[in-house]
Amino acid sequence: MASLIVYFAHPGHRFSHVNAEMFAEAQAVTGITLVDLYAEYPRFDIDIDREQQRLLDHDVILFQFPLFWYSTPSLVKEWQDLVLEHGFAYGAGGTRLAGKRMMLAITAAGPQDAYAPEGYQHHHLRTFLRPLEQTATLCKMRFLPPYVLYGALKAPAAGQVAPHATGYRRLLEGLRDDRFDAPDAGPQQVLTHDTLPLHKEG
Amino acid sequence: MEGFLLLAFIFLIAGVVAVPVASRLRLGSVLGYLIAGIAISPLLAALQVDVISLQHFAEFGVVMMLFLVGLELEPRMLWAMKAKLLGLGGLQVGLTALAVMGVAVVLGQAWSIALAIGLIFALSSTAIVLQTLNEKGLMKSDGGQGSFQVLLFQDIAVIPMLALIPLLAMPELMGLADSAGGAGSGHEAVVQAGATSSHDAGAAPETTSSHDTGPGFVESLPGWQRGLVTIAAIAAVVLGGSLLTRPVFRFIAMAKLRELFTATALMMVIGIALLMSLVGLSPALGTFLAGVVLANSEYRHELESDIDPFKGLLLGLFFMTVGAGIDFALLFDNLAGILALTLGLIALKAGVLLALSFMFRIGGADRWLFALGLAQAGEFGFVLLGFSVTNQVIPAPLADLLLLVVALSMLLTPALFIAYERLILPRHAGRAEPDDAIDDEAPIIVAGHGRFGGIVNRMLLAGGHKTVVLDVSSAQLEMLRAFDIKVFFGDASRPDLLHAAGIHAARMLVVAIDDAEQAVELVRHVSQTHPEVYIVARALNREHVYQLYAAGARDIIRDTFDSAVRAGRSALQALGTHPYDAERQAQGFVRNDRRSLQLLAELYDPDIPAHENAAYVDRAKGLMAEQEAAMRGGSSAFGTRIDRGWSPPTERDVQEEAKGADKAVS
Repeated sequence: MASLIVYFAHPGHRFSHVNAEMFAEAQAVTGITLVDLYAEYPRFDIDIDREQQRLLDHDVILFQFPLFWYSTPSLVKEWQDLVLEHGFAYGAGGTRLAGKRMMLAITAAGPQDAYAPEGYQHHHLRTFLRPLEQTATLCKMRFLPPYVLYGALKAPAAGQVAPHATGYRRLLEGLRDDRFDAPDAGPQQVLTHDTLPLHKEG
Repeated sequence: MEGFLLLAFIFLIAGVVAVPVASRLRLGSVLGYLIAGIAISPLLAALQVDVISLQHFAEFGVVMMLFLVGLELEPRMLWAMKAKLLGLGGLQVGLTALAVMGVAVVLGQAWSIALAIGLIFALSSTAIVLQTLNEKGLMKSDGGQGSFQVLLFQDIAVIPMLALIPLLAMPELMGLADSAGGAGSGHEAVVQAGATSSHDAGAAPETTSSHDTGPGFVESLPGWQRGLVTIAAIAAVVLGGSLLTRPVFRFIAMAKLRELFTATALMMVIGIALLMSLVGLSPALGTFLAGVVLANSEYRHELESDIDPFKGLLLGLFFMTVGAGIDFALLFDNLAGILALTLGLIALKAGVLLALSFMFRIGGADRWLFALGLAQAGEFGFVLLGFSVTNQVIPAPLADLLLLVVALSMLLTPALFIAYERLILPRHAGRAEPDDAIDDEAPIIVAGHGRFGGIVNRMLLAGGHKTVVLDVSSAQLEMLRAFDIKVFFGDASRPDLLHAAGIHAARMLVVAIDDAEQAVELVRHVSQTHPEVYIVARALNREHVYQLYAAGARDIIRDTFDSAVRAGRSALQALGTHPYDAERQAQGFVRNDRRSLQLLAELYDPDIPAHENAAYVDRAKGLMAEQEAAMRGGSSAFGTRIDRGWSPPTERDVQEEAKGADKAVS
C-alpha cells in the first residue's frame, strides 16, 4: 500500500464539466487523502507547516486541476511557491521529498490534435507541463506521466465524462494498491482511461 | 468687584489686542505681552494699581510652567542630563556672577554689592525663554536643551542665593544711600513684594506680612530638624505624586465632570507650591519635581491640558506686568546709563554663554540660540533685588536702576530671538543636524482604546510603530498599563488634550471613540488645523461614513461591517456553499456595497435625515433590489460575475467557435 494524497484545485468548480465528476469519484476511494485546495484556502492563506507535513506523510502526490492558460489554477502556484521551500524540497538539505512520486490529472479544453507541432497549440501537452515536471525533478521526485482528458468542454456531449471519471477512480485505487506501473514511453507520454498501466487486482 | 473686573478687563483686552498683532508680525507672544503692558502702564498708574504685587501673583505662571516642563521630562531623562545640568548650569551661574561682579567693582561698587549684583544678574528669565522656545518649537534642539538645563540649575541656585545674600549685608553702605536719595516708589513696591513673594518665603526674615503664604515655621526649628522637614516634604511630593495620583484621579473620574479634573490639577500644583514654600524651597522646583514624577503617568496629558491655559494666562499677565512696571521717568532721567548697562549686561552674559557653548560642544545655530536666548536677566532678579534691599545689601536707589536694567533686558530678549531667527538661522540653513529630528513624541495618536482602537493599536505596535493612546475609561487604562501599553487618560475630542498628546507632531490619528458626533468633530478639527495628519476613522454606520468623509477623513472603516461580512460568509458556508464560493460572494458583496455607498454619497445631504431624503431612498431601494436579484443569481451583478474568470465557454460558444474554425478551414 502506498499512501496517496490528491490535491484538487478548481476555482470555478460549479461550472466544471469533468473535474467535479472526477472529484466525486475520488471521494469514493477509501484510504487516500483528498484535499480540496480552494475549500481549504479560500483566502489563499496557506498553512505551510501543515502542507509540508502532508507531503512527508505521503508517497504519491497527485494534483488534479483543469489546465488554465497552459498552467495550474493560481492557488496551486501559490501552494508551490510557499510549500516547496528551500531547505525542505530543494537546495541545501532540501531532500525531504526525495524518492516520492508526483503525478498530474488534468483536463484540457483543446482537442488532442491541437497539442502537436502542427496543431493550433503548436506543442505537445507535455511541453506545457515541463515546469511542473522539472519542479518534481528538482525536488528529487519521480514525475509520472499525466492522466489527461483532451477536449474537456465537448466531453459531456461526446459521452467521455463517465469513462474518464471512473478511469480516474481506478487510477487512484491502483496508485494506492501499488498496482500502477508506468513503463517509460518517452517524453510525450500521456495516460488516458483506456491506457492505464495497472496490474490486475489480487 | 468692579475694580477687579475693570483691572481684569484692561489686562485681557491689552493682551487680546497686542498678542495677535505681535504674532502676525512674527515677533512672538512674549514681546506682544510686554508691549501691551507698556501700553497700559499709564492707565494702571492712574488707577493706582500695585503692579509689582500683581507681578508676584502672576509669577505663579512660572511655577505652573515648570510643572509642565517636568511632565515632559521622564526621570531617566533628567538623570541622563545631570552632568550638563550641573556643569553647564553651575559654570554659567558662577562665571557670569564673577564677571558681573568684576565689572561692578570696576564701576566703583563695594565688593559685597558687586557680588550681590553678580548673583542677581547671573539668572535668566525662565518665563520668557521657555515660553519662546516652546512657541518656536526649539525646545528639543541642542540650544534649547542647553538653555533648559541652565534655567533649571538657576531655579535651584536661587535657594542658596537667598541664604547667601543676607550675609553680604553692610549697613554702613546703606546709610550712604539713604541720605543720598531715599526710597523711590519702586523701592517701596519691591520691598513689599520681596516679602510677599512665594520665592523667598521661609528664607526671608520679614515673613510677617499678612499677604504671606509661607509663615516660615521652619525658621524656628534647629538646623537638623529643618533638614528633616525639607527631605520629608520632597519625599511627600515624590511619593504622593507616584502613589496618590491614580486613586485620586480614578475617584474624580467617577463624577464624569470635566471641570473637576481642572480643579484637581490646580489643587495639586497649588498644594505642592504651598508645601514647598512652607519648608523654604522653591515652589517652581517642587512642582517641577512633581511633574517629573508624573511624567510616566497615564494622566500626564490630562494634567498638561488642564494646567496649560492657566500657565498661559498667568505668564501673559506676568509679561504685561514687566512691561507695565518700567519706571519711565527714572529711565529717561538715566537713559544713556541704563541702556549702556543693559546692553553691557547682555553682551557679557552672551559672552560667557558663548564660551560655555564651545566647552559643551553646542554647535552651529544652536550656539547662538543658547547664547542670545539666555542673555537677559530674569524675573528672579526682581525678587532678589527686593530681597537685597530689605537685607540692606544693595542701596535702594541703585536697586531701582538695576530693576530697570532687568526689565529692559527682558524687554530686549524677544528682539534677540528675532535676531537669531533672521540673522543667524539663515546662515546655518541647510546645515541642520540630523539628530535634531529625533523626537520622543510618538507620531501616531490612537483616540479610544476599546474593542476597536485596541486592536488597531496592537497592530500598530506589532508593526513597530510608536503610539500614544488616549482613552476616557480609568478602569480600562489601569488594565492596559498593567500590560505595559502606553496609554493616557483623556477625552481625545478636546483639542487641548490632543495638543498635549502631540497632534502637532503626529503623523497619523486613529479615531476609534464611541461617540459618533464627537468622532466627526474630532476629525473636522484635526483635518482643518492639522491637514498633514493622516486620519483613519471608525464609522458606526453608513451615514456616519458620509459625515466623516465630509469632515475630512479618507480612510473610513465601518466598525461592524467586516465582521458582519465574515459572519455572512460563515453562514453561507454552513449552508453548504463551497468555501471558495462563499469567499467570492463575500468579496462581491463588499464590492457591491462599496459601490452603493459611493452612489448614495452623491445624494446624501447632512441636513436631511436619510429616510426623508427622497432621492436617496429611491436609489437605495433600487440598489437593494439589484443586490437581492444578484444574490438569487438572477442578474449579471456580483452573484455570477464573481465567477467570470473561471466559467468556461458555454455549449453555444463552443459550437460557434467550431463553426468559425470550419469556415476558416474551408
